[in-house]
Amino acid sequence: MQTVTAIGLLAIVLAFAVARPARLPEAVMAVPAAVVAVLIGLVSWSDAWSELSALGPTVGFLAAILVLSHLSDAEGVFMYLGGVAARVSHASPQRLLGVVFILAATVTAALSLDATIVLLTPVVFATAAKLGVRARPHVYACTHLANSASLLLPVSNLTNLLAFAASGLTFVGFARLMALPWLVVIAVEYLVFHRFFASDLGTPARPRAVERVAAPRFALIVLALTLAGFAGAASIGIHPAWVATAGAVVLATPRVIRRWRSAGRILLETNPAFCAFVFALGIVVLAVRHHGLDPAIGALVPEHADLLGLLWVAGLAALLANLVNNIPATLVLVPAVAHSPGLILAVLVGVNVGPNLTYVGSLATLLWRQILHAHDARPVLADFLRLGIMTVPACLVAGVTALWATLQISGVS
Amino acid sequence: MKIIAWLTDGTWEACVDATAEIASPDDEVTLLRVSDPELTEGLHGAYAGLVGRGRHRHDPGDAMESASRAADEEVLAAAGARLGRPATTETRRGRLEREVVAAIGDASLLVVARDGDRSRVGPHSLGRATRFVVDHAPCALLLIWPDEPDRTLPPEPHGAPKDPGAPKHPPHGERPQPPGRS
Repeated sequence: MQTVTAIGLLAIVLAFAVARPARLPEAVMAVPAAVVAVLIGLVSWSDAWSELSALGPTVGFLAAILVLSHLSDAEGVFMYLGGVAARVSHASPQRLLGVVFILAATVTAALSLDATIVLLTPVVFATAAKLGVRARPHVYACTHLANSASLLLPVSNLTNLLAFAASGLTFVGFARLMALPWLVVIAVEYLVFHRFFASDLGTPARPRAVERVAAPRFALIVLALTLAGFAGAASIGIHPAWVATAGAVVLATPRVIRRWRSAGRILLETNPAFCAFVFALGIVVLAVRHHGLDPAIGALVPEHADLLGLLWVAGLAALLANLVNNIPATLVLVPAVAHSPGLILAVLVGVNVGPNLTYVGSLATLLWRQILHAHDARPVLADFLRLGIMTVPACLVAGVTALWATLQISGVS
Repeated sequence: MKIIAWLTDGTWEACVDATAEIASPDDEVTLLRVSDPELTEGLHGAYAGLVGRGRHRHDPGDAMESASRAADEEVLAAAGARLGRPATTETRRGRLEREVVAAIGDASLLVVARDGDRSRVGPHSLGRATRFVVDHAPCALLLIWPDEPDRTLPPEPHGAPKDPGAPKHPPHGERPQPPGRS
């Protein structure tokens, strides 16, 4: 009975998050569900508390990164990047694709996938339009890399942050193991994009004058120092969340001094509803794990981080991410493989690369969008789905193999 | 005569120039611009996939949609100015190839530019949408090269008379050597 109740709670939370009736934030259902889970004894008070304290630094890190990317945008960092892309590409679609790949991979790695989708993609589209270049390959590159290029750092994706806490790896250790898989996955995406969009990329625009955008030096320096600080702080035992917070505070200071009232708006950029959602989802997933899911998942995941085991668990993670969404998939799978950092990282390859298969990140979201838009004849995204089929399996296999090679060399399992 | 010029990114200038050259003063010219909503829909979808964020920010797909409309207007205005004669403009949204064929109506000539791999003559010099339009347009077509093509013909395949199944074009990546250069 308790198992049914726990699964029911999780199902309601996820269904609400996908459907979002009346455009209410996902936390509106998730927080009460978490409270119910504790009140009816699915999760004990002490377990709930330890889950919350385990998630605390992760969510704090997330909030700081959200503010950091918002402030970077407000300082003109993304406009500047668009200007650089326009200048460097000389109206050649191929060169622009190369630059967009570098930008999207860097922004995703450093400021998380949200920054790429929400802030970088519109700038890339505007840049292509300004140059008279066909924007299709470049916009698709952003949406794809937001997922598949989010392997490198713990900050790149919420899934990484969730797994990072459980992996026992250091910030630099994480990046060192994921660097090769990250590069290999990006390379596979690039090769497929080159073939898939050959005709768009073969249509050069007429070169036109591009105005220079002044570099937002202050913001760029703060961002660079923050990134360097992630690596440095970890080695002296400071959680990188504090570095991200310091970066956000430094970047916000001139604005707040100019206008006191902007402080409130900047604090809202931490997206408190999202943070609450992550906390609440953690507890609801814990309820499901304690009542039947852990043994079931435990039987599915491999013991050892050999190549087959890594491939299997990455495939399982990709499948689960496509069925529900990659955040619950991570919360469910990571505890089951917590004994092996290698398997945890393979789960991340799966949950990060996998969502590109269905362009909205999961079948549930896709079906819901189809239902919502059935009456206004939205297009079926045939191109996007074809691109997903061509990239995701190849990226998974190549990324996991690269991870396996890195693990072999570094002696981690 | 009613003439439609289909304006796509990267090639519209050439289309406009060709139209200006062939249109006589009493011809009726329409400048056609089609954009595929699949692109903005993809970004809407990517944003929808960010579960938990509670639509905290504006959907970037909306920004891209309005930027896309603005870009269409800009191209049409620039094309009108470049054409240097009165013309009507038409914007459509949908799958490119189908919208173009649907827009033809009773027009008697469609001006289209080649896109795709234009480094040499051959079937790859037509992109997928352009290929469909060339195959399905119910009117006469003026298919132009947006830039000067390589005028060398592919060489006759060896033993062509004996083997009718041999490819008519050189394999991808091999460029026919013009006579006298080797």
